[in-house]
Amino acid sequence: MQAEKRETTMDRVSKGLARRYRRERWFRLFGLSAIVTSVCFIALLFVSIGANGWSAFQQTEVLLDIHFDKEQFDVDNLSTANYGALVKNSMQALFPDVTGRSDKRELNKLVSSGASYVLQKMVIKDTGIIGSTKKIWLPADDEVDMFLKGYISRDVAESARRLNDKQIGWIDQLVAEGRLEKKFNTIFFTAGDSREPELAGIRGAVAGSLFTLAVTLLLSFPIGVATAVYLEEFAPRNRWTDLVEVNINNLAAVPSIVFGLLGLAVFLNVFGMPRSAPLVGGLVLTLMTLPTIIIASRASLKSVPPSIREAALGVGASKMQAITHHILPLAMPGMMTGTIIGMAQALGETAPLLMIGMVAFIVDVPHGVTDPATVLPVQIYLWADSPERAFVERTSAAIMVLLGFLISMNAIAVFLRRKFERRW
Amino acid sequence: MSPSILLLILLTLASFAYMQGKRRAFSLSGPEVGSSRLHSRPGYYGMLTALWCVLPPLIVFAFWMAFSDSILIAMAMKALPTSLQELSADQTNLLVNNLRNLIAGHVAARDIDPILQQVAEQYIGMERISQIALGVVMLVTAVFSMSYVYRRIRPEMRARNHVERIVQISLVLCSTIAILTTIGIVLSVLFESIRFFQQVPLTDFLFGLKWSPQMAMRADQAGSSGSFGAIPVLAGTFMISGIALAVAVPIGLMSAIYLSEYASSRVRAWAKPIMEILAGVPTVVYGFFAALVVAPFIRDSGELFGLNVSSESALAAGLVMGVMIIPFVSSLSDDVINAVPQAMRDGSYGLGATKSETILRVIVPAALPGIVGGVLLAASRAIGETMIVVMAAGLSANLTANPLQAVTTVTVQIVTLLVGDQEFDSPKTLVAFALGLLLFIVTLILNVIALYVVRRYREEYE
Repeated sequence: MQAEKRETTMDRVSKGLARRYRRERWFRLFGLSAIVTSVCFIALLFVSIGANGWSAFQQTEVLLDIHFDKEQFDVDNLSTANYGALVKNSMQALFPDVTGRSDKRELNKLVSSGASYVLQKMVIKDTGIIGSTKKIWLPADDEVDMFLKGYISRDVAESARRLNDKQIGWIDQLVAEGRLEKKFNTIFFTAGDSREPELAGIRGAVAGSLFTLAVTLLLSFPIGVATAVYLEEFAPRNRWTDLVEVNINNLAAVPSIVFGLLGLAVFLNVFGMPRSAPLVGGLVLTLMTLPTIIIASRASLKSVPPSIREAALGVGASKMQAITHHILPLAMPGMMTGTIIGMAQALGETAPLLMIGMVAFIVDVPHGVTDPATVLPVQIYLWADSPERAFVERTSAAIMVLLGFLISMNAIAVFLRRKFERRW
Repeated sequence: MSPSILLLILLTLASFAYMQGKRRAFSLSGPEVGSSRLHSRPGYYGMLTALWCVLPPLIVFAFWMAFSDSILIAMAMKALPTSLQELSADQTNLLVNNLRNLIAGHVAARDIDPILQQVAEQYIGMERISQIALGVVMLVTAVFSMSYVYRRIRPEMRARNHVERIVQISLVLCSTIAILTTIGIVLSVLFESIRFFQQVPLTDFLFGLKWSPQMAMRADQAGSSGSFGAIPVLAGTFMISGIALAVAVPIGLMSAIYLSEYASSRVRAWAKPIMEILAGVPTVVYGFFAALVVAPFIRDSGELFGLNVSSESALAAGLVMGVMIIPFVSSLSDDVINAVPQAMRDGSYGLGATKSETILRVIVPAALPGIVGGVLLAASRAIGETMIVVMAAGLSANLTANPLQAVTTVTVQIVTLLVGDQEFDSPKTLVAFALGLLLFIVTLILNVIALYVVRRYREEYE
């Protein structure tokens, strides 16, 4: 009787077993596919940014024989000479059979409007070249650049593309003569922002980011460490410290744009600080990254074993001496790791900086924390909004630079953690 | 004297003070080795002298920064002819603004009032004098307070205790910054919001169905009165966040379960950092990716099925945002799943359950509060996320339930209203702060609930 019953239970179990195992396999597959999906997405993100951006590191340049005509220059006033005419003359010399105003204009459009500034700089640097003829590589227009990189197709109807058939004919001729080549894009790394894609660079944005981060680091690291030391080592358990802790945990989850509103209302409107300045950006980002640094620093302080504290106190150190001489040095790697991660967050942050006017179109490279500036992520946002095709690849390239910075910062943090992490 | 030079001088003075204090302590300690007569180590005497050299001038400096401008403006206004002094408050404000613009050199030459010009020049002159005065006062204070402490150095002076007291006070001050930040956030959004609600009733804002904040310049133009009903904006926000959570919760939860229950330690060591990369990518990059790749892809594949998809569809922004918050869900869920005691798993296996049955019937129910907390945190992240929606979602406030259409969100509206020209007396600018207040309150509530739930849960198993 009992044996029969056990058998029926086993029967029931084994009857369902196949179904249950199948379910188990499906569940496991589902979990695996979740991870694969995320990994695929990361791969897609990086590949698409890379595929769009790598070509921006090259820029098409055109080789022109520029004759620095003596008559064009006034020795006392070199900067006002008509440099554009020099470029035009040399283009004319290359294509003597192009006549007619509109054709000439189309022809001159092939060279970037920034070419004249290059010549201006050369002349001001060395007045000796006046009167001579030189072969000079000058930046080509962004449409030419796009054409050579294959983003503008010949097969499209003439009206649907930005270059007409004549211009393409000239380009082909220049390429055949070896006067049109893709070279390493130095402008992208040495220039500030510009409305012309071929003249736009990230130097201004990188400098702005560095100034902003410097302010953030100088303020948030000492304040964050001090707060963590106070809360972890000195603070009595009472309502006030509870309030501080709840506040820090909440601030860590407040949307970043709200910090931007705070910056706008308090730093700009109440304190009257300058708009678009890295100083204000740094202040806002300090408030934003403080919770991250405080939480990491507290965890790091907590991990220092109490025996070290007690030993120091035992040999007669004051509490402050025990902290500054023994606990802080041991907790420092963890604190620095937290700080670097906080700085990486601050480097990628965009929204609060939009609120305090760091979205202005700024050509000059900033030289101080009060100069108007923009930062790398905001520059990416600005370029992403621009309609020109050439800005798409520059946006992607700027993203690659930004990701490069972030990856190296995180790598340093991981390295610090590996190198100094101690298990007590 | 520029502030940076002043600071440099102060620092030099401080290091000089440190050395002097230390030397004096040494000389007072007497001939015997080990400076045994001193109460503290000599360095503390130096440090105390240096602190006293730096702190009082810095306090002076802070006061100057806070008050100099308003005092100077008041003095400049006094210099105006009496006819200009008896104006209403609004006109005085306007005058002060003109004056400030003039001083900063912002005004085109033609509309400069000669009297105002004169006052501005006076102001610039006074500003220079006040800066020089500041430098002198700071240096005198520094030297005076330094020499005061220097002369009071005695062997029995409790220098270490003094220094430690000062350091501890500064630690306390640093820890209050978190509270000051919160107060600052609340006050700054609250004040402007109150000004907004004085012009537009609260009920219109909270329950209005029409959102078009662009106000015309003249009253007789079309659309002269903006309408500030927040419902369409909120609906858009919740739709995009909903899509994001629909993507992130299953993927995040399943990957957390797989990583903590199935994966070998080698897979774990690889997969976890890769998942964390998702959290480290700046949101502006996601936004660019959404606008460049995902939105066109969705539009094109929609066309394949004959659907009319907006190129700024809520779906594209929501999907990408969902990917962004996967790591929040997965890392928090991972924590709570690992916190479930092994005994519960073993009990379930002992009864013959398969792994998936154990997970679904035992572990997930046990970890549910923590998972819910993680999801709430992710939701607050999604609602407050800005750059993805600014770049990939639309501006037009459609009240729709169709995820293929363009909708707008709270953060998008804040950005569009506050980037560019701002007038702090028009509801168009002020409504951004009201939206900010709304955003702050909603995310605060979500955060508080989430933190509470997570904490309660942790206590249960610890």
